[in-house]
Amino acid sequence: MYRYDEFDNTFVRERVAEFRDQAERRLSGQLSEAEFKPLRLRNGLYLQLHAYMLRIAIPYGELSPRQLRQLAMIGRKYDRGYGHFTTRQNLQFNWVRLVDMPDILDALADVEMHCIQTSGNCIRNTTADPYAGAAFDEIEDPRVWCEVIRQWSTLHPEFNWLPRKFKIAISGAAEDRAATEFHDIGLRIVKGPDGKTGFRVLVGGGMGRSPFVGKEIRPFLEKQHLLSYLDSMLRVYNRYGRRDNIYKARIKILVHELGIDKYREEVEADWEANRKESIDLPQAEYDRIAAYFEPPALAPRPVRDEGVDARRETDPAFAGWLRNNAKPHKVPGYTSVVVSLKEPGRTPGDASSEAMELVADLAEQYGNGAIRVNYTQNLILPHVAWSDLPALYDALAAGGLATGNNELLGDLICCPGLDYCNLANARSIPIAKEIAKRFEDPERQAEIGQIRLNMSGCINACGHHHSGNIGILGVDKKGTELYQITLGGSPKDDASIGSIIGPGFRAEAVPDAIDTIVSTYIAHRDEGETFLDTWRRLGAEPFKEALYGAR
Amino acid sequence: MDKRNAKRLADANKAGDTVQALTANRLSDGIVVYLDGQGGWTEDMAKARFAEDDETLQQMQGIADKAVADRLVVEVYPIGVMIEDEGPVALSVRERIRAAHKTTLTKDWYDVPL
Ligand code: SF4
Repeated sequence: MYRYDEFDNTFVRERVAEFRDQAERRLSGQLSEAEFKPLRLRNGLYLQLHAYMLRIAIPYGELSPRQLRQLAMIGRKYDRGYGHFTTRQNLQFNWVRLVDMPDILDALADVEMHCIQTSGNCIRNTTADPYAGAAFDEIEDPRVWCEVIRQWSTLHPEFNWLPRKFKIAISGAAEDRAATEFHDIGLRIVKGPDGKTGFRVLVGGGMGRSPFVGKEIRPFLEKQHLLSYLDSMLRVYNRYGRRDNIYKARIKILVHELGIDKYREEVEADWEANRKESIDLPQAEYDRIAAYFEPPALAPRPVRDEGVDARRETDPAFAGWLRNNAKPHKVPGYTSVVVSLKEPGRTPGDASSEAMELVADLAEQYGNGAIRVNYTQNLILPHVAWSDLPALYDALAAGGLATGNNELLGDLICCPGLDYCNLANARSIPIAKEIAKRFEDPERQAEIGQIRLNMSGCINACGHHHSGNIGILGVDKKGTELYQITLGGSPKDDASIGSIIGPGFRAEAVPDAIDTIVSTYIAHRDEGETFLDTWRRLGAEPFKEALYGAR
Repeated sequence: MDKRNAKRLADANKAGDTVQALTANRLSDGIVVYLDGQGGWTEDMAKARFAEDDETLQQMQGIADKAVADRLVVEVYPIGVMIEDEGPVALSVRERIRAAHKTTLTKDWYDVPL
């Protein structure tokens, strides 16, 4: 992974010192709340429902064991012993104290971490395929470009006060595992006509109040021009994006209102007019960064292992975990393991300090020291030898981290909702728990098969409800929490936005409604059909009938 | 909102017997607090001062404004509260969650009846 050089270290330490001074001035009365608020937000510190919440950047979801242990320490010493992994591959602490913030930032800087640009109308953390560098279907490792974008966008003088926040995602594999079509800019590494790799560039995707699937602005962009092209895309947005209406300020609205052709015209004109060479990365600098992302030296191993086979025969829980949570690796005899943060009964995405330490230890013992965060709120050990799986499984199971539900119904995404979030209209965590309880039986989940259920506590859609095969949105109807269900969303290559199926449900009726939807799918599916296939073939009618027919 | 609370709210609106408290977050640690009868701030809503009329609420707001200026609290706002036999209960789900100061990490199924 990328290691800070002297410049990076000095820069982050200076930011900590600056914030220490700002916090002291706030506490001593030299700064008012109105003056201090934008400063704390620029360092990821929000005031939420119960307390301050600190959002820590995990660049493109990559963590070292040392970093994860430090996060565990911060959770234990400065919070209530746990943190929450978010749908942006970041970590949030929910109960930090303002007076401790400078020390927390120092502790983060000790392990090359910070909270810069985790809030505000700037370019945020780049989302990446969590299996980068490991996936069997990878064309090229996207992390190098994520790091290039991180360095380019950090305190970018022109793009630090955009009309609204800005999120970029990159996938370098055949399958989109970074939801690129739902980001302000989505980049897919693809092979060009001459066999060289470059980017397919999408723009204007997003969720929130007005969801859009990204539109293609360029089918192929030569890699070396990425920064200058991004520069032009951002510049056109910065110039024409609306600043008068927060609901219309994201680039998706600009692209929608201008039309993709006009937006493209503007971008291409800007790109041609400005000297590309001055912005694009010199090859030597690219090579310097790329050297940090050399994959571990994994010698190919046998693809079968007697121990694994024997355990699979005798232990259905292990067999289920193996089937769902061990993903194919590019090196024979290895796998990428999904460490589930979705044990039924727990808050999706939450990890205790003990859990973080356990994962850090196991990453060192079995995973070549690599840890990733998936936007679906799980952790991943990308490089594990197949023969180590029984031992790894047992160690994870002892910490409640071996639930074999990856990409099944129990693997639902859930935002913090009204249990924590100041913007929420309704709770999401207790609903998620009740749904998990209803579908706790692994056999039932296996029967249903892969399905994505996503839930948000308000229209801001941090829980990605729009892209859920089943989406749940909490709304406030005259003081009552009500849950609107959408069906047919997808975050993958066939990206789509779910459609509202009918009137919302009260909290206690949601698990029944999900059960009805799932049962309807099972009753109607043709062989081999996923939920989405069945939905797309049949449309809303059978689901509506099942949910509301008797009303 | 569960049926009990829905009924509470409806009854309160009918009877007009709600009172108001002032809530805020403490500047130093962000924790939810309520203005109490002595002009201090308490984490326990049961110990809050409750205004039955606008005049009292305005007087409380004056105390709170000074607390903001003195850097004790931020984000002050009034909330509706019902006084029940078992103690004061915030009218909105949001405020009941804030008053509970609860986390949801525990492996128990959701255990805060709201
Ligand atoms: S979707 Fe709404 S409730 Fe959920 S975390 Fe985002 S802003 Fe908060």
